[in-house]
Amino acid sequence: MWSQSSMSKPKTLLEKIWDTHVVVEREQTVVYIDLHLIHEVTSPQAFTGLKEKGLKVRRPDKTFATIDHSLPTLIDSSNSRLSFADSMAVKQIEQLISNCKEFGIELYGLDSPHQGIVHVIGPELGLTQPGYTIVCGDSHTATHGAFGALAFGIGTTEVEQVLATQCLFQKKPKNYAVNLEGKLRRGVSAKDIILALIAKIGIDGATGHVFEYRGYAIKNLSMEERMTICNMSIEAGARAGMVAPDETTFDYLYHRPLAPKGAAWKEAVSRWKRFPTDEGAIFDKEVTIDVSSLEPMITFGTNPAMAIPISARVPDPESIADSGQKSSLQQALSYMDISPGRQLLDHPIDTVFIGSCTNSRLSDLEQAAKVFKGRKVAVKTLVVPGSQSVKKEAEDAGIDLIFKEAGAEWREPGCSMCIAMNGDQVAPGKYSVSTSNRNFEGRQGKGARTFLASPLTAAAAAVTGKITDIRSLEIEIL
Amino acid sequence: MKRFEKFSSKSILLPTDNIDTDQIIPARFLKITDKSDLGKNLFADWRYSSSGELTDFVLNRSENQQRKILITGDNFGCGSSREHAPWALVGYGLRAIVSTSFADIFRNNALKNHLLLITLEPSEYSQILATISSSPETEFTVDLAEQKLSFDRDSKEYSFHFPIDQFSKRCMMEGLDELGMLLSYEKEVANFEARLPVYPL
Ligand code: SF4
Repeated sequence: MWSQSSMSKPKTLLEKIWDTHVVVEREQTVVYIDLHLIHEVTSPQAFTGLKEKGLKVRRPDKTFATIDHSLPTLIDSSNSRLSFADSMAVKQIEQLISNCKEFGIELYGLDSPHQGIVHVIGPELGLTQPGYTIVCGDSHTATHGAFGALAFGIGTTEVEQVLATQCLFQKKPKNYAVNLEGKLRRGVSAKDIILALIAKIGIDGATGHVFEYRGYAIKNLSMEERMTICNMSIEAGARAGMVAPDETTFDYLYHRPLAPKGAAWKEAVSRWKRFPTDEGAIFDKEVTIDVSSLEPMITFGTNPAMAIPISARVPDPESIADSGQKSSLQQALSYMDISPGRQLLDHPIDTVFIGSCTNSRLSDLEQAAKVFKGRKVAVKTLVVPGSQSVKKEAEDAGIDLIFKEAGAEWREPGCSMCIAMNGDQVAPGKYSVSTSNRNFEGRQGKGARTFLASPLTAAAAAVTGKITDIRSLEIEIL
Repeated sequence: MKRFEKFSSKSILLPTDNIDTDQIIPARFLKITDKSDLGKNLFADWRYSSSGELTDFVLNRSENQQRKILITGDNFGCGSSREHAPWALVGYGLRAIVSTSFADIFRNNALKNHLLLITLEPSEYSQILATISSSPETEFTVDLAEQKLSFDRDSKEYSFHFPIDQFSKRCMMEGLDELGMLLSYEKEVANFEARLPVYPL
């Protein structure tokens, strides 16, 4: 279908995936979905819809569920079980369990060694594969694009449609090339790249588009770093973000529990190798960032595009002409109670959260641990691994001990303080430095004020109690 | 789904840019397993104080009750994919949102719930703002068939054409059920699946 003859038009990675998944082309395209991930929050009404219509799940073998959003991260010491405070969360989780049972869907639930944040476990299990179309009722589904998949978030009506038909009506998105050149400097990480991109093009800079991250810098990043970048594509309005599959991708997937094995592996790899964008393919939009010029980034406002290099000054609304932009900046600074023109460095903070589908994988925890080693936290600090596997790997490597010795809380896996649905939250008016992906008003709890940053920057804030340039601390092998 | 009929209403003005779905419906209200009560919690953190009292937020003003059109800033509905956002907007009684742009996932979710998104050119949007600031009681007419938003100002009729993809328009106009349409492609889907590579696990 898409083998590249010398005559055919060069295609992008996005176009190759799109073209191989078109089922019907009418007034709107019907696209086939290879992998559907579900969780407790955006699925109940979809299952209810199926039941009301007497429909089955078409491909339970392509549908996988986990529990992550409203799961407590503390164990009740009296019975060694998670301590649920909230009966609605319990009901929602029970409903997912019974729906999965009724419709024959694999659930990585409370007792599973594979439970975790949906965007952490998909790749970990080898479910996420190059060339796939992947959907989930969650906007950070873009994470899976790191494997060269077209992965995007959908609403609950669409969850129901995919459950019933394994298909969706879709409009073909446009191609947006993000060229990442150069080499990262000490103390600067993947999170800083994506924050810098969002700040550069704006929170709606990529509406209607899918990013393809390209260039020297992305080729030299690990899969976990690529996932951090793809994860936040949605924060610039992009429907998805992707990276061409390469040897780094294949090495990561090899031997994952649900990746192809034996002859099927060889066949898969040779197919995957045909997906990268052809020489000469045309992108609708393009931006280039020399990552060697980046500093650690931090947000100051109430959306992820309101980000600055850590030593820069907070912008002044008075310097903005557009009235809508001006008023959103004013509203953001007033919510954050931060004055324009100041530096954020040394701003006192109350809480640090290290976790979320952006930064809760082993390498994120390892980075943070380097900072915690031999130091004590100055503020309440939660470290929440992204999955049971990450937790186990970290504990096997003894990283949990570094956190505990520093006085940080080592919790059970889940979304936790990223969305504050499970009781883990920042108090009204308090400041947190968080490795998650959204600093919207109230995201970490009503009235909570969030600074988004990398695991290194968050850890630096945890041990100093204030916003700190990680490069000012003496850290081994940074 | 009911057919989307032409209607007229006064408007609610909330001219902030980049209103995200966490503001439209905060995450703590996502623990429901149905769609009820969401209208009550629309914009909850702006509408209610910490002690639960009504604030002076626009939705709480007496003259704004029962209005069906929300006029709001750029990139409305960014952030989370929660369909609870359009459910809350529709649950509150809104039928059309007017802005200069909308976020992608929100757009899909809204149209599937027959909440019409009217995207105007910035110059048209400014005219709407000017009209409302001089006459807040202006009545707007939304005509999906003609793709027109119209109103009178100083006894002159203004009418702005808005774009919408023809598939969504047809679904809304005819009250079509998308899932039913997808199910009707059963044969095509089965043929497609027969060609898929299979991995023995
Ligand atoms: S960690 Fe946060 S962003 Fe990621 S899936 Fe969970 S709630 Fe969503």
